[in-house]
Amino acid sequence: MAGRRRKPKLAVWKFASCDGCQLTLLDCEDELLAIAGEFEIAYFLEASRAVVAGPYDLSLVEGSITTPEEVERIREIRRQSRVLVAMGACATAGGIQALRNFADIGEFKRAVYATPEYVRTLEHSLPASAYVPVDFELPGCPPSRVQVLDLLDAFLHGRRPRIPGHSLCIDCKRQGIVCVMVAEGIPCLGPVTRTGCGALCPRYRRGCYGCFGPMETPNTESLSAWFTHRSGLAPERLMPLYRSFNAAASAFQEASARYATPDQARQATETFWARAFAKRENPDGGEQAPADDQG
Amino acid sequence: MSELSVLDSRDLPELFAALQRHGFRVVGPTVRDGAIVYDELVSAADLPVGWSDEQEAAHYRLKRRDDDAVFAYAVGPHSWKRFLHPSSLTLWRARRTAAGVTIETPAEELPRLALFGVRSCDLHAIAVLDRVLLGGPFVDPYYAERRSRAFIVAVNCGHFSPSTCFCVSMGTGPKATFGFDLALTEVFEPGRHVFVVEVGTDEGAEVLRQVPHRAAEPWERAAADRVVETTAARMGRRLETAGLKEALYANLEHPRWDDVAQRCLTCGNCTMVCPTCFCFTVEDRTDLTGTVTERVRRLDVCFTTEFTYTAGKPLRQSARSRYRQWLTHKLGSWLDQFGVSGCVGCGRCITWCPVGIDITEEAAAIRSASELGERTR
Repeated sequence: MAGRRRKPKLAVWKFASCDGCQLTLLDCEDELLAIAGEFEIAYFLEASRAVVAGPYDLSLVEGSITTPEEVERIREIRRQSRVLVAMGACATAGGIQALRNFADIGEFKRAVYATPEYVRTLEHSLPASAYVPVDFELPGCPPSRVQVLDLLDAFLHGRRPRIPGHSLCIDCKRQGIVCVMVAEGIPCLGPVTRTGCGALCPRYRRGCYGCFGPMETPNTESLSAWFTHRSGLAPERLMPLYRSFNAAASAFQEASARYATPDQARQATETFWARAFAKRENPDGGEQAPADDQG
Repeated sequence: MSELSVLDSRDLPELFAALQRHGFRVVGPTVRDGAIVYDELVSAADLPVGWSDEQEAAHYRLKRRDDDAVFAYAVGPHSWKRFLHPSSLTLWRARRTAAGVTIETPAEELPRLALFGVRSCDLHAIAVLDRVLLGGPFVDPYYAERRSRAFIVAVNCGHFSPSTCFCVSMGTGPKATFGFDLALTEVFEPGRHVFVVEVGTDEGAEVLRQVPHRAAEPWERAAADRVVETTAARMGRRLETAGLKEALYANLEHPRWDDVAQRCLTCGNCTMVCPTCFCFTVEDRTDLTGTVTERVRRLDVCFTTEFTYTAGKPLRQSARSRYRQWLTHKLGSWLDQFGVSGCVGCGRCITWCPVGIDITEEAAAIRSASELGERTR
């Protein structure tokens, strides 16, 4: 082999966030030495005060963009980074703080701060991709250790990282976990939520909260109509279901807008139920009740 | 083999012990997390004694019975492919050393499994997997190894789910007619609880010899026959298979595909619970230092976009195209490919679809359109 190649420079950046994504990286205890061996940790304030100037080979970005300064900073980081990866629900979808996107930020400021005019903040909490091109996005609140490690590994070996977009259901089934929705009637976002967490909640007999955001082709209309018409979920509970860590991810944002008020939720699910579930043609062109009404 | 024996229900633990003495690890039905699943069983006490279930489209509930029936349930969320065609399998590992690259294959000795409580639909499902994974020019060695070492204790169906089971119309049940070492029929009548045993293989006979049993009385044979006859007579749900393949092929643009696509979540549950869906993908996993690479095989699902990712984008992008692919393969092109339907009428995809999509209903809707078309032509 030729001479030892230069170690790639790794930088980890924080924007509006709780630090949980950086902790996920620090939590890779068995692999930390290997990471430090393969990368030059050039910027990672949560781990070390030592800072090496850019440019960087790989930047991991945690947090959402919520202030004008952050817009400038993410643009500068993009300029300094060969590969930029958004990590976690905040950096990929705006995070829980994107709840502000659905309200009046001026009102919040007036309610919380004595001198709101000092607060310089943007109206919306947005993902990194709203301002700069992003090479890969690791979903999740927090992201999965397995996916973070796979991304580092893929970078080192020049292959595409594995960030599958399919539903959480496939993980439950792979592990032999009994479906909480079918066997216990618990409303579960698993069918519209992206894989990654390893089905943590269903394993403990809880419905999925959607921490990993929408799966690749989420059908929130069908699932929501089933929740209200078969799982006994009150229509007004639909909106909060979709408005959590990934509230501003487009499929969940559309869903929560569709069910924004109790009346809208009732109407939307009833219309969908009537169109897609209740009215199914029988061979004579008439209509029949759904098969599961037989009891 | 028409010689039937009778095993008293009190001696069921003896059958377990005999299987374990033969070196088998027994896997079969047990109650866990609100369902009757298939898992490793330590003793007969792990069986779902006194449990039943209630199933409908997207609905499953355990039900307590007031007796000691052992097999009074319909098939649950797991199928035997869990053991014969596992969802994840490390094929080999490459290690870079100073001397070069060495390849290791996992050398673990596989236990011999005794599959306990296999219903007729699932025997047919295993036969389908046999055709797919062993039948062609390329034999799957991983499946072959597990399959050839497995011992099968079948159970004739005395309990089924009226809303989801349709084996009778598929010609796959309720009586086990092949592919077992031993087949049990649970005869449960007031004051009597016995298993009528049919021997399918020499090894089955050998196991039975070690368990207290006696020849079946005529009334016991009749009672065992009645169990499957009653099940067959009461099974209302059906899938009309005659001409179904042609009807599906003739209706690839039918609006019903759009209709079902509105409901379909593309979550993949139907294929994961299907006892014959066999697709897998292969992944290479590297480590950070570049010294070890693993090749892992994982079950894959035709409802993901990655499944058809080719040259820059997935081929089947719409839910409509993915559902249509699954259903027309299962009920149509499977016949062209493997000479048998991919559906055995177990009903798992109906029960475990989170929004209750029913394969028999969808197929019937497409078929009826085809027949209407013929009538008006």
